[in-house]
Amino acid sequence: MANDPSEKDPTSKPPASGAEEKPVAPKPVEPPQAAPPAANPPKSPDAPAPKPNVPSAASPTAPAAPVTAAVKPPAAPAGAAPKAAAPPAKEAAPKPLPLDNELVQKLKARFGDAIGEATLDRKQAIVTIGAEQLREISRYCRDEEKFDMLVDLTAVDWPKREKRFDLILILYSFAKNERVRLKAHAGENEPVPSVCEIWPAANWLERECYDMFGIVFEGHPKLTRILMPDEWQGYPLRKDYDILKQDTDWVRENLGIESGQ
Amino acid sequence: MSDPRTAELSNVSTTVLGADEIILNMGPQHPSTHGVLRVKLKLDGERVVDSECIIGYLHRGVEKIAEHRSYQQFAPYVDRMDYVAAVSNGLGYCEAVEKLLSTEAPIRARVVRTILAELQRIASHLLWLGTHALDIGALTPVFYCFREREEILKIFEKYCGARLTTHAFRIGGLQYETYDGFEQDVKRFCDDFTHRIDEYETLLTENRIWVGRTKGVGILSAADAIALGVTGPVLRASGVKWDLRKAMPYAAYDQYQFEIPTRETGDTYDRYVVRMEEMRQSRRICLQAIENIPAGPIMARIGKVLKPPPGEVYHSIEAPKGELGYYIVSDGTTQPYRVRVRPPSFINLQAFDKMARGSLVADVVAIIGTIDIVLGEVDR
Repeated sequence: MANDPSEKDPTSKPPASGAEEKPVAPKPVEPPQAAPPAANPPKSPDAPAPKPNVPSAASPTAPAAPVTAAVKPPAAPAGAAPKAAAPPAKEAAPKPLPLDNELVQKLKARFGDAIGEATLDRKQAIVTIGAEQLREISRYCRDEEKFDMLVDLTAVDWPKREKRFDLILILYSFAKNERVRLKAHAGENEPVPSVCEIWPAANWLERECYDMFGIVFEGHPKLTRILMPDEWQGYPLRKDYDILKQDTDWVRENLGIESGQ
Repeated sequence: MSDPRTAELSNVSTTVLGADEIILNMGPQHPSTHGVLRVKLKLDGERVVDSECIIGYLHRGVEKIAEHRSYQQFAPYVDRMDYVAAVSNGLGYCEAVEKLLSTEAPIRARVVRTILAELQRIASHLLWLGTHALDIGALTPVFYCFREREEILKIFEKYCGARLTTHAFRIGGLQYETYDGFEQDVKRFCDDFTHRIDEYETLLTENRIWVGRTKGVGILSAADAIALGVTGPVLRASGVKWDLRKAMPYAAYDQYQFEIPTRETGDTYDRYVVRMEEMRQSRRICLQAIENIPAGPIMARIGKVLKPPPGEVYHSIEAPKGELGYYIVSDGTTQPYRVRVRPPSFINLQAFDKMARGSLVADVVAIIGTIDIVLGEVDR
């Protein structure tokens, strides 16, 4: 319960810094932006008090955030000027901040190079990890760091990257009341370790991931399609799978029509 | 996983019954599967020794559609996932995009959202109660439940013109002011509703048949529930006092007093008790909220074209069925790069096998009902 300010506190800050930056770029959207700061004061008074209870992922960074927020406004006018030429300055508003809290330090100490960049995007902790060590890191997170629930497991396709998939694991710790997001990169024909034996919840989630993206999870008890028909060809959530595309052969055979469109 | 099961299975089949297992198909067209769920059961006599849920019949590719719509255009689609709790879906989505934009709806909007979301929770639980009881054989409650649910749907209709797929909220706040008499309508419903719940309870809580059909059926331990990612009333009935409205408050929940009901055993009866108590608590929240709906704007100033800065956000709310999360990735354009929905029904349904194994085939119906799934959300 005490953690709510931590959720609110962060959200109240970015708009503040964003609002200060925005006037720089002459955009028609700004005038409205003057309002959010006015809406913020009521929130900030109750925010500072329960800060100690901020989830530990955020707590070490919480002090960092105000600092950067304070630094940004002076820096922004300078930085935003060139930016205003090409993209709207809006983009500069909430930059992911580097994250270096206790959890990240412990992970780095234990797994070394397997732990990549750790960032805080909109007050949410993201840790990039090496896919090969996924199972070990997951087990460590569950047993030592008490991230006992796998909230979600999904993927994002970035076809232009060398390793096109981002595998995303969202973990939750009841003890700490915090979430952390693990992100592992995986190539197209690169199997990634399954985390089913660590969190049984991963079973269906990995199947869905395989169904939609074609990511193969090594060690999964039964890696078959779950939402699409078993014989379907292609992986619908890949970016190169057009929204109108379908497995025409399957449709003809099973639905008896030429096209589903 | 397979070894102990097969060992146990062969034991049972040869020594106890001396009969072979049979495979029984339930659904996809079966009245008590609440939609198009197909369950394959392996039975040894009357006992379920193995089960498998086959889903996807309602798959519409919602996540793919999201990538081809603007942020605002996608909002009505989320109502079609858990279509008996559309308001909650919309709340989660709008708040997630607001988070992505690093903004927040004005307090008046958040309070109205809270009221509507709690009414929706009651409506969803009522639908669950009616159909669940009907599945088990209690014919009466469904009529009463739908009567009260109708009152809630009328409030929705008066508020935004729609009853089911309401699209009640907009990114940044609300489109509509509350109508004249909104508070009175909610109050009238809440005042009346407390007696109604008592009425349902007279019908069921101590009813011998009801207790016999639900007590000790489909037990899920707290450890199993957490390992399987189960959330919502199912998790709370297993003894985990966890509710996102308290753990990570959103909308205006931090302003109101309410309890998180829990039970210990984690059987079907406990889940029934938890949901009944949740309705009372929702009513309590509504009553507190309508006392003082703050004045002020109902829409944050976010501009008409939404271009969230590149980045990603995960935001989840306590939907009637559990944790409903949205993971949204923005690439700085007007359309989301990726929208992932974490549907509570999908993940809770995974626990079905754990609950059903070892139970009687007649209890399968009770267990499907007690998880409270909506297939539109399972398949998306």
